[in-house]
Amino acid sequence: MTTKIVIGLDGTETGERAIAFAKDLAGRIDSCELLVVYVIEWSPFTFQTPEENALRHKRREEEVELASTRIVTPAVDALNAAGFTAHGIVRHGDVAETLNAITVENGGTQIVVGRASADGFKKRIFGSSTQNLVMHADVPVTVVN
Amino acid sequence: MDRIKQLGMATAAALFATPALAQDAPGLDDKINQAFADFTGPFVSFIFAPFPGTGFPWIVGWLVVAATVFTLYFAFVQLRFFSHAISLVKGDYSDPNDAGEVSHFQALATALSGTVGLGNIAGVAVAVGIGGPGATFWMIVAGLLGMASKFTECTLGVKYRNEYDDGTVSGGPMYYMSKGFDELGLPGGKILAILFSIFCILGALGGGNMFQANQAHQQIAGITGDYPGWITGVIFAIIVFLVIVGGLKSIARVTEKVVPFMGVMYVAAALVIIIMHADQIGWAFGQIFAGAFTGLGIAGGMVGALIQGFRRAAFSNEAGVGSAAIAHSAVRTKEPITEGFVSLLEPFIDTVVICTMTALVIIITQQLLIDPETGLYMLTEDGSAIATVDGNSGVSLTSAAFASAFGWFPYVLAIAVVLFAFSTMISWSYYGLKAWTYLFGEGHTKELIFKIIFCVFVVIGAAANLGPVIDFSDAAIFAMAVVNVFALYFLMKVVRQELASYAARLKSGEIRKFGH
Repeated sequence: MTTKIVIGLDGTETGERAIAFAKDLAGRIDSCELLVVYVIEWSPFTFQTPEENALRHKRREEEVELASTRIVTPAVDALNAAGFTAHGIVRHGDVAETLNAITVENGGTQIVVGRASADGFKKRIFGSSTQNLVMHADVPVTVVN
Repeated sequence: MDRIKQLGMATAAALFATPALAQDAPGLDDKINQAFADFTGPFVSFIFAPFPGTGFPWIVGWLVVAATVFTLYFAFVQLRFFSHAISLVKGDYSDPNDAGEVSHFQALATALSGTVGLGNIAGVAVAVGIGGPGATFWMIVAGLLGMASKFTECTLGVKYRNEYDDGTVSGGPMYYMSKGFDELGLPGGKILAILFSIFCILGALGGGNMFQANQAHQQIAGITGDYPGWITGVIFAIIVFLVIVGGLKSIARVTEKVVPFMGVMYVAAALVIIIMHADQIGWAFGQIFAGAFTGLGIAGGMVGALIQGFRRAAFSNEAGVGSAAIAHSAVRTKEPITEGFVSLLEPFIDTVVICTMTALVIIITQQLLIDPETGLYMLTEDGSAIATVDGNSGVSLTSAAFASAFGWFPYVLAIAVVLFAFSTMISWSYYGLKAWTYLFGEGHTKELIFKIIFCVFVVIGAAANLGPVIDFSDAAIFAMAVVNVFALYFLMKVVRQELASYAARLKSGEIRKFGH
């Protein structure tokens, strides 16, 4: 049976450490697949102007494209090149909830994330989300320092 | 016609928060006002013309009949799908893979921020001040019926919107008129779309702009003391210009976040006042029901109450006007009708909840003077409105009602009015722009021309007297409804097909909630 490990990235160094840890873990398992996930923080309950709404679909496509080309695809390519089986997913939503949902949907057995990033926007993405994930995830979570 | 003129004058008189603000300011304000009144007079007279031999404006009848027809045609969709609409807004039926797109909640909130505002504060005070408590009853009836109109237009707005290659969307009555009529093989869709777009531009400049600027100026002048309206107009115009032309999105974003907060605070304050006067709630509703059918001594009796109730409800919730169809069309959904369900909550929140709260606070705090001997309402000297404590009317009547419980509330209300006004202007600048680009095509220069015109009208609105401004604002918005409702009658069978299909799939379980 194939073991699936989900790696949550936030585009920072801590994500790199999460990947390194997951690689180490996967190397010790006979059949292991890695799922690289990047969640773009988004809530359906925010307030927007009509113009923002009209442009939203376009912006969403741009956000997904940016996250894929800059973060997820390079990570997946590097993992595949290193001999691992890896796939990538980019999705909008609440980071903790969505990461857990993707894990459950794909039959993941463990989630590996980096500890909260240290600064700015990225901190918002993975800051308290790491704690929420640890508290509410349906599978074991490893937080890499 | 005399009756209408009387009503128009009474409306203007009743809305003056600080009487004779602009009249006393000679010079530029007076010139702008006179030129504007002369120019818009014939258009206003036509829109508010009464049925021959009666004092009942045909446009009010037009909207009421339409809302009733849609309610019956869709078998009380506003009641049958009310809880389903709430489930949709909660996101129960939203595909997680669509996360990041415009949600039902966001489309509803955006549309609401364009409608909740002065209509709920100043408009209700005008309705109750002239039409008495009975106007509240007819306002609620108009709100409930209007839910069906909103459902119809917003479903069509999403169904026939334009989705461009770059991922942006444009929707609204002009699109369902032209595309919908073509699809049904009906002639004249394009002409209707052009007419609607012209009226939408006028509506954006009137109710969506000048009325807002005018009332915002009155609120600010009420606190700082009297000064020429054009000064407020220029300041507002610069801010609006920075947002819609300069791309200063941060101002718009802050407003969009503060306005819902203000709305919730307004309703909460109203609830507290109502609870503080809990022993009079029964009496207040008694006044509303009695006034609805007898008038309780107001000018025009029952019909006067009905006209005021329907007119202010239509101005407040814009059901049948077509503006919401523009706002709702950006939502991401595979089922256009779901946005129709969500949009029917809009008149409910705007009119049935918020407007009723305002009216109850005014009635329950006894701002309207009653003759103790007859039990009927006392009228002002000219007999056009109900006499109030301290002679308040319009925004100042609402303000006085809230101040009777919370002395500091007028300051909060003033801030709320200015923010509501600004938020409504931003929304309507978009609606107007969509109509403008439908007529003249997309393009930076073309869009810039409209945006500059919009900003100029901010100054005119703040400087002009309220009488001509409110009459033109109402007339322009109702003119949109004339064309829109006409088109809806032809297109409503499309909505019925969508409704039947959706209801069947919902019943069979084909459409179901996503696990969250």
